[in-house]
Amino acid sequence: MIELDKVSYGYGDTALFSQLSLTLAPGSFHFLTGPSGAGKTTLLRLCYADLRATAGKVRLFGQDAAALDRDEVAMSRRRIGVVHQDCQFLDHLSIAENIALPLTVSDRAAEASANLQELLNWVGLDAQAGQRPPELSGGERQRAALARAVIVSPEIIIADEPTGNVDWEMSQRLLALLVELNKMGKTILIATHDLAMIRSMKADVSARVLRLKDGQLLQAGAEL
Amino acid sequence: MKALLDLIVGDAQADRAVPPNGMTARLTVFVAAVMAFLAVIALSVSFTTTRLADTWAQDLAQSATLRLPADPVQADALLLSALDVLETTPGVSRVRALSTSEQQALLEPWFGPDLPLEDLPVPQLIEIVADGDGYDADGLRARLTAQVPGAVLDDHTAWREPLLDAAGRLRMIGAFVLILIAATVGAMITLAAQASLAANVQVIRVLRLVGATDLYIARAFVRRYTLRAGLGALVGTIIGVVVLQLMPNTDTVGSLLMNVGVEGTEWLWVILLPLLTAIVAFFATRAAALRRLKEQT
Repeated sequence: MIELDKVSYGYGDTALFSQLSLTLAPGSFHFLTGPSGAGKTTLLRLCYADLRATAGKVRLFGQDAAALDRDEVAMSRRRIGVVHQDCQFLDHLSIAENIALPLTVSDRAAEASANLQELLNWVGLDAQAGQRPPELSGGERQRAALARAVIVSPEIIIADEPTGNVDWEMSQRLLALLVELNKMGKTILIATHDLAMIRSMKADVSARVLRLKDGQLLQAGAEL
Repeated sequence: MKALLDLIVGDAQADRAVPPNGMTARLTVFVAAVMAFLAVIALSVSFTTTRLADTWAQDLAQSATLRLPADPVQADALLLSALDVLETTPGVSRVRALSTSEQQALLEPWFGPDLPLEDLPVPQLIEIVADGDGYDADGLRARLTAQVPGAVLDDHTAWREPLLDAAGRLRMIGAFVLILIAATVGAMITLAAQASLAANVQVIRVLRLVGATDLYIARAFVRRYTLRAGLGALVGTIIGVVVLQLMPNTDTVGSLLMNVGVEGTEWLWVILLPLLTAIVAFFATRAAALRRLKEQT
């Protein structure tokens, strides 16, 4: 579905990583760990074509991401749900409108009413539907971001530190939701530096844990 | 055209995706209103001058003047000969010798009211009115040369042609002014849309991250600026029409130049002004938005 083949990326003259390969197969579950600044967010952004690799190939659903025009990138993103660390909401819209945004921009707003209530129930935000993002707590915002990521029923869900701003209990709730989505057949890629959280999930899901450090992507092992 | 129809049907959801911006909204409406008002005035002046020129040209084309030599001895004989020639000329519907008082009235602006016309060698004037098909001016001149020596036929060509030329130039100036107004509206809308796009970079980024195409994002801005420009132009057009209605007309003032206004089918142009402004705004915003979105990739 998403394949990074010997991909390199750098800012200016500084190489963040090089010759990095990764394949996200359908239905797989991946954790991406690594220290802050290792390039986890950059790697995720390459996966949903928000950045272009300086070398190597990124393939989205079999297509070379570098060859996609802007409309084709938009179409690819409709198949990928992204949960951003900072949520990326439109603050002038209500939470319900923000969650429905991927359907709205796909000219599928009519589907929103049916899916939206179900999703709000699922993430426990029924009461906050009419509130604006700044009025919500960190955990509520993260759950809303997850709801927005899944409303178009994407094939892949990419989450960048989805539990970064929430307490332990809330992080467990969010991860449980992601595990549930994986059991429904969705491919999941989660970037996190929280190894304890990964350990807590190992019993619930068969996940591949990758560690990004010093520009190398390795299979994590003993530390977990 | 389909894009414009889509716009009229509207995409309120796309519009809502971009936060409202009060200042650019008000400025867009205001400038569109001012430009539409100026367009109404420019149109009415252009229409009025065209109408006046047409009327004058038509009147001059239908009439001519014959000037007889100022010879007191042969005056009556020349007048009779001239009238005989004119009345037997095909295409001449009416012939009338101007009376002494009429000629005096014509000279009064230059010589004053107490001119002793009977004591001066003033040429006799004859007014000629042609019928619908007109007469053969060259043939008439030839007959007059033979039968009324010294008579001069003035068919007003020397007046009519510059008048028609001036009317044509006025029409061109009017069209040029309207093009300038349309270009100004387009430039203003482009600037406002670009400012709005620049102020909403983060909104555009979020929309892109959730799968919005450039066209969808552009639609939000296009709809907003098209409707604002159309609304402003509607207000400006109404104010312009009200101002025209307050202008004095010939019935009350008696001057042709005071009869500025719009008549008959000319109203169609005035009615179309808000729509034309909206069309200009639509294409200006669309071009600005798509260009800006391409740059922001």
